[in-house]
Amino acid sequence: MRKQLRLSGSGGQGVITAAIILAEAAVSEGKQAVQSQSYGPEARGGASKSEVIIDDEKIFHPHVKAPDFVLAMTQKAADKYYTDLNADGVLILDEDLVPTPPQFKNIIRVPITKLAVEKVGKALFANIVALGVLAKVTKLVDFETIKKSVANRVPPHTVEQNMLALQIGFDAVN
Amino acid sequence: MSARLMQGNEAVAEGALLAGVRFFGGYPITPSTEIAEGMAKLLPQVGGTFIQMEDEIASMGVVLGASLAGKKVLTASSGPGISLKQELIGYAAATEIPVVIVNVQRVGPSTGQPTAPSQGDVMQARWGTHGDHSIIVLSPWSVREAFDLAVRSVNYAERFRTPVILLMDEIVGHLRESVELPAESEIEIYPRRAPKKSRAEGYEPYAPDEDLVPNIANFGEGYHIHVTGLIHDETGFPSGSPKVTRESIKRMHEKISRAADEIIDVQEEFMDDAEFAVVAFGGTSRTAYEAVLSARKRGVKVGFVRLVTIFPFADKIISELAKKIRGLLVAELNYGQIVGEVERAAKGQCAVKLCAKYDMTIFEPEEIEAAIDEMISEVDGE
Amino acid sequence: MTERSYEKFFRQNRLPHLWCPGCGNGIVMKAIVQAVEKKLGWTQDNTIIVSGIGCSSRASGYMDFDTLHTAHGRAIPFATGIKLANPKLNVIVITGDGDCTAIGGNHFIHGCRRNVDLTVILFNNNIYGMTGGQASPMTPLGKKATTAPYGSIDRPFDACKLAEAAGATYVARSTAFHVQHLTKMIEDGLDNRGFSFIEALVQCPTAYGRRNKIGEPAKMMAWMRDNAIMKSAWDKLTDDKKTGDKFPIGLFYRAETETYDEAYHHVIELAGGAK
Ligand SMILES: Cc1ncc(C[n+]2csc(CCOP(=O)(O)OP(=O)(O)O)c2C)c(N)n1
Ligand code: SF4
Ligand SMILES: [Mg+2]
Repeated sequence: MRKQLRLSGSGGQGVITAAIILAEAAVSEGKQAVQSQSYGPEARGGASKSEVIIDDEKIFHPHVKAPDFVLAMTQKAADKYYTDLNADGVLILDEDLVPTPPQFKNIIRVPITKLAVEKVGKALFANIVALGVLAKVTKLVDFETIKKSVANRVPPHTVEQNMLALQIGFDAVN
Repeated sequence: MSARLMQGNEAVAEGALLAGVRFFGGYPITPSTEIAEGMAKLLPQVGGTFIQMEDEIASMGVVLGASLAGKKVLTASSGPGISLKQELIGYAAATEIPVVIVNVQRVGPSTGQPTAPSQGDVMQARWGTHGDHSIIVLSPWSVREAFDLAVRSVNYAERFRTPVILLMDEIVGHLRESVELPAESEIEIYPRRAPKKSRAEGYEPYAPDEDLVPNIANFGEGYHIHVTGLIHDETGFPSGSPKVTRESIKRMHEKISRAADEIIDVQEEFMDDAEFAVVAFGGTSRTAYEAVLSARKRGVKVGFVRLVTIFPFADKIISELAKKIRGLLVAELNYGQIVGEVERAAKGQCAVKLCAKYDMTIFEPEEIEAAIDEMISEVDGE
Repeated sequence: MTERSYEKFFRQNRLPHLWCPGCGNGIVMKAIVQAVEKKLGWTQDNTIIVSGIGCSSRASGYMDFDTLHTAHGRAIPFATGIKLANPKLNVIVITGDGDCTAIGGNHFIHGCRRNVDLTVILFNNNIYGMTGGQASPMTPLGKKATTAPYGSIDRPFDACKLAEAAGATYVARSTAFHVQHLTKMIEDGLDNRGFSFIEALVQCPTAYGRRNKIGEPAKMMAWMRDNAIMKSAWDKLTDDKKTGDKFPIGLFYRAETETYDEAYHHVIELAGGAK
């Protein structure tokens, strides 16, 4: 079954890294996955978007159309990227950074960045908190597999904090 | 080997390394930088050399020097950087120095849209440098193929002693997908050609072998060869003769054109019953393939033709196809470039239509599918 | 070394050369091979001559080594590639004032900065010889060129100061008149491990001398004799004596610094690629 995700925010929030980790986890479970991204001409501060498609079959066209899940970490990203969501899809928002949620049926609001700051110590971990949320909500990849992928990707001295961030995100939704 | 997630640019670096590349010179530019970064990390691990030069001209110069000294070499760039490399790409063609140049295309002209995908450098890849010259251009559509074609490019550069352009686009360069790479033992490698005569036996560095390719000695092997971008005869020294000039230009074309059937690689799908076909290359062919699948589900008799080798162009294959079918739709992310080649090769035997896009975004399958339908109704109406 | 033993370094079948009668290029070319001849271990098999484009850069074709006649201004990048790909080779670069400091200026300063083990010899005739006498970045103020018919107003480079400032580890100047001195300067440059730069003044009667009424080759060389001052003497001159056409020759700078290929070897060790 094909599942399509879009992770969006502003440059520097780490949504691309989160998307790569998710795709990596899917691949290590033997699934097909493609991850692509777009960013503004500015490497930092501009809008940032990454898409992941997970399937059992080979994936050709690499772009997401009618995503099943959209994560938005800024108001601008939320307004821009929710519009083509699948009607049964889920929109996941950073509660504080998206103060005005778009009109959509299934919205999950999680204080992602706040959790990262208060429970892990740095806003830097917001993308991994978000990944924890996505793991719980999407159920596309086993949580244990995601843990391994995170551990492989992040700098060795930050593994512990990242594991904490992941768990906090995972536990933030039910 | 189990599957892993890998980026197209990363796969190029891995492929080149396995093909024997031991020297990389480059200058950072989006969206090709990951290739330089990959080589900076990988090359010293195998005793090879990475150097970041002061610009793309120097990057070409340094790899050509290294190639003459016996190393297999790679350089990579995009947009304006590829324009800067052109003079020395011509130098490599004229002096027959093996070199692979990766172009991860972005929107141009000029600085254009540095992070956005495009396929606007197709004709530049063929004719970017001045003068009559031949060249080989390959274009991958997947991460795995980026790896494979990196290997093939290195092998062709060595075998034909020519610059080879690995024409990527941002779509494939930055795409990450699951790949299984072949084991090192499965990879065939074309070795550096070696002189077949000693100096005493009258060795001439630019005397062609049977395949028209010269066996030029590496520097430092005692042959005292001279390499120059001036037109030269078989000794390698400049010649002002019209005959030498004509024969030299002719041989450089023919060493590649005579092997064209072997070099030209075209993937054809659903062509048995096809009345129409979509022609595409690189990242765009992924979308074209889905468009074709979707149209066929509706009963449309459309096939899929993918140019893996862009140049030498698949004249014969396209001409044969054009005889059998009623229309070819060329989908490309530019204002219309390869469509001219397809038209030339089709020789009016079938309709040739263009599906062009040049707005920073890639095609959606629906757009190409709509263009297929439009082509069919136009042809039916004619 | 016998009297004409240097002749074996030339490709006799490629001579006579294409330079004008009285051109200074041949003198410097000969000085180079005589310097190489004195270097123990440097042979025609392990020494590579790389040149750019220009009258001076044609020298590579006459020298019996592996030789590389590159594109205008690009000799240093090519030479860098050869040296790094095979550090056992000795690499000499021949370039002109236009080749080195105009179109190749950026490669020149970056070559100096990297301290790649190359010896670069600039044949300075103060003009674009090959294309018929256009102004170069080393044409002196007020001198005439086809593209500066009223006299050049472009302030010229002092290539030696440029090389030193950019990080070259051996910098010297000599002239086609001071042949023995020139040979010695080149020889010491070959000895230096790192980027060595030698500026050799050469007379170009055709494209520079005649237009500037400096006269015949012999007069141009007499000018070199009369105006060149050895560095040690130059340093003792008060500023008011350093006037007119006077200029210093000799060794200007020498330093011991790790070369690029030595430094890169550490990278290979760190990456675990050392055999
Ligand atoms: C890219 C490029 N631009 C211009 C030329 C034309 N050109 C050939 S030699 C030369 C100037 C050479 O002057 P210099 O380097 O001083 O050498 P000289 O002939 O004086 O020894 C020029 C402009 C060229 N060959 N290539
Ligand atoms: S033009 Fe000048 S530099 Fe060139 S060969 Fe003649 S004299 Fe020498
Ligand atoms: Mg000159």
